[in-house]
Amino acid sequence: MKKTKKKSGILSKIYIALIMIFLYAPIAVLIFYSFNKGKSTVWQGFSLKWYEQLFKDDNIMNALGNTIIIAVLASFFATILGTAAAIGINNFKGKKRVLIQNASNIPIISPDIVMGVSLMLLFTFLGVMFNFEMGFVTVLISHICFCVPFVVLNVMPRIRRMDSSIYDAALDLGCNQWQAFYKVVIHELMPGIFSGLLMSFTYSLDDFIITYFTRGAKFQNLSIEIYSMTHRRISPKINALSALLFLAVLIIMIIINLRDRHEEKVKAQKT
Amino acid sequence: MKSRKPSIPYIIWMVIFTMIPIIMIGYTAFTDKNGNFSLEPFANAFFYTGVFMKSLWIALISTAICLVLAYPLAYIITKMKHSTQNTVIMLMMIPMWMNFLLRIYAWVTLLQDNGPIDMLLSMLGIHATYIGNTGAVVLGMVYEYLPFMVLPIYTVMSKIDGGLIEAAQDLGSNSFAVFRKVIFPLSIPGVISGITMVFVPSASTFLVSQYLGGTDDIMIGDIIDKIFWTDQNTGSAISLILMVFIFVFLILMNFFGDEEAIA
Amino acid sequence: MKRTISIILAVLMTASFAACFSGCGNSSSAGEVNVYNWGEYIANGEDDLMDVIDEFESETGIKVNYTTYETNEELYNMLKNSNVSYDVIIPSDYMISKLIEEDMLLELDFDNIPNYENIMDRFKKLDCDPEGKYTVCYSWGVTAMVYDKTKVSKKPTSWDALWDESLKGQILMFNNSRDAMAIAMQLCGINPANCTKDDVDKAAKKLAEQKPLLKKYVMDQVFTEMEKSQAAIAPYYAGDVVTMMEANEDLDYAMPEDGANLFYDAMCIPKCSKNKENAEKFINFMQKPEVAADNCKYLNYGTPNQKAYDEYLDEDMKNNELIFPSDEYLDKCYVFTNVPDDVYSYMQEQFVKIQAE
Repeated sequence: MKKTKKKSGILSKIYIALIMIFLYAPIAVLIFYSFNKGKSTVWQGFSLKWYEQLFKDDNIMNALGNTIIIAVLASFFATILGTAAAIGINNFKGKKRVLIQNASNIPIISPDIVMGVSLMLLFTFLGVMFNFEMGFVTVLISHICFCVPFVVLNVMPRIRRMDSSIYDAALDLGCNQWQAFYKVVIHELMPGIFSGLLMSFTYSLDDFIITYFTRGAKFQNLSIEIYSMTHRRISPKINALSALLFLAVLIIMIIINLRDRHEEKVKAQKT
Repeated sequence: MKSRKPSIPYIIWMVIFTMIPIIMIGYTAFTDKNGNFSLEPFANAFFYTGVFMKSLWIALISTAICLVLAYPLAYIITKMKHSTQNTVIMLMMIPMWMNFLLRIYAWVTLLQDNGPIDMLLSMLGIHATYIGNTGAVVLGMVYEYLPFMVLPIYTVMSKIDGGLIEAAQDLGSNSFAVFRKVIFPLSIPGVISGITMVFVPSASTFLVSQYLGGTDDIMIGDIIDKIFWTDQNTGSAISLILMVFIFVFLILMNFFGDEEAIA
Repeated sequence: MKRTISIILAVLMTASFAACFSGCGNSSSAGEVNVYNWGEYIANGEDDLMDVIDEFESETGIKVNYTTYETNEELYNMLKNSNVSYDVIIPSDYMISKLIEEDMLLELDFDNIPNYENIMDRFKKLDCDPEGKYTVCYSWGVTAMVYDKTKVSKKPTSWDALWDESLKGQILMFNNSRDAMAIAMQLCGINPANCTKDDVDKAAKKLAEQKPLLKKYVMDQVFTEMEKSQAAIAPYYAGDVVTMMEANEDLDYAMPEDGANLFYDAMCIPKCSKNKENAEKFINFMQKPEVAADNCKYLNYGTPNQKAYDEYLDEDMKNNELIFPSDEYLDKCYVFTNVPDDVYSYMQEQFVKIQAE
């Protein structure tokens, strides 16, 4: 019994390793070319010049800032809106629920360009009516639009698996409604909420078509910057930027992981 | 907790920012360039049936492969130490934070003739072309969407009560039976979310096939992107048809999911 | 884990709100100018060249809001359908005609653009703007072929080479209806500058014949494909061919004997502009000889600026017939005009259909 367990342990490690190689091979290539001397995809010698020039490029730095701000705010608001929506939708019954649930998928079903153009028309219409120009806010709204469905999709299964009596139990044990909701329900849904947040953040980082149509004259994010480079070619500065971002995220991850391990150890010792 | 109120803000939001755009698309799809009622856009859209079917087919295969890869992965992750679980999930998402176009470019570099993969395999005596075919497009899709399959399945699985599994084991079930009777049925909602999140975007995506596929691998998303600039009516009609197809698919799946969860 | 993440989130949120508000209040006294340009289409401090936008900002104190687009159609769509205001746009030839026709451009006040006198006569009164009231040319070029000497033995002399059966599976083609159709039309003996639906049909037939021979329809991917010797021959913009040849010694260029497409992109001020004076300052700045020269070096596309050409470019560049083709060659070339909307959308549709089949 023990032997098979060990064997399957090794197999699962190999499996995870293979998946990780699959996921990280392109990232390795991307980082590799950030050290290329030339601008082309042909290796022309090692150089750090793209890193140097990256920091001089105000456009890219500005676009990076915009991208992160939008991704953080959009995923945050989408998570709140989506979680609340999922809880509410779950209380609808039968056909109504199926209908609302599917309607909420519309933003991810419609091709980006269709979504982008129709939102642009809507914002332009509203803009003429209320006298505002498209920009940061309209981009944020659009991003929230396509992020919410991902949150709903992630939280929903968790709700359906949740035993609703635990909420009542919490009330019986003297929690007020808000406490019961916060301490029990949200705690129960946390993995789903977290996945939704993660996915929203990821999609928001990558979007360019919808951003393109709703951004106005002053807003530029990274993916638009990159996409409009494809008329000619993508600058290796972008590779350098990605390499740095990757490094930063990785370091944060390692720190968090070490801390969590430490905490787990402390907990284990206590018990 | 039993209230429907929390969903009200989102329903209002949906009406403004989702329904109105959809109505506009519907309106555009049923009119001609001068704004008169017309079925011509749909007649035009009919031409792309072949591309349409191929796109749905590619999306379906990619979704299936994602599911096959992601399911055991999610299961393995739930068996890990808690801190490691979080790390592995984050490790899966981080590559997705690099720009999409850059990742596709990287795959082009990896797959092209005399690229790393070609060189590696030709050392083993295998020679082939790895890019410019449908296989490469599917690979690109799987790469792009695999984490979106893993996450929801993992979310649901991590919720499954360890006691339930122990109870099943006590009652004499072997691990396969535990999996079949307990874990699998309980993970169905996650699987359905996962399928939705992979199938839906991969059916309507564009650029992947332009970079990784050959001349015959163009997908419906690319067609919409190209045609929408000059002919919004036909573009809308194709989009509408695509959305209806995906809707039908989702509704069928939801019914299937409900049955399964009850049983 | 969760706590750390929420802390990070909170920090990021505060930072982003702060950034957002400080960004909003941060308009300098000299005002701003909203520039809408092609991506990667301006010298930006790389390769020891000037960072043009930085330089402009520090010289004038005007803040530049710089955004980019990828196709003329994107630009048109934004101008036409949204209430966004841009001050300087840089569309191509046919799009300029369309914008003028639809009365979407402002007349320039050339008193504010003294550097206009540096512009070569050929590029002063463009076909799309015959009176020269709306435009100041930014850059220009022709289309040409790039081929791999190890795969193509004889230097091609006509677009015909893109239909060469012996290169089956190694040919690349423009993934853009206008350029692809123009090449096919030239081979069918039609003048692509001014075509009808019938002409489009003929060209579409020609392109359909080509499709089985193709490796791919490409735009930016042409760089990877050619630089890494993945394909044999491709048509592309001449300036970019120069760039590709710098990266791969096996590459050479070929210019079709009966001419090619001559394109130019010119700076204009759209009607929606709210900072016309600043826009003119920007346009004037771009035509300073040293600025124009650096842009030209960065892009490898021709500059219309005579002074820049005379004083700031090295002989290698001036003598490169890909960047500066001879006047005789340019006379053989054709410039896209604004074909009627229905013809263009028919063209686009036919091209998509070829790809979809």
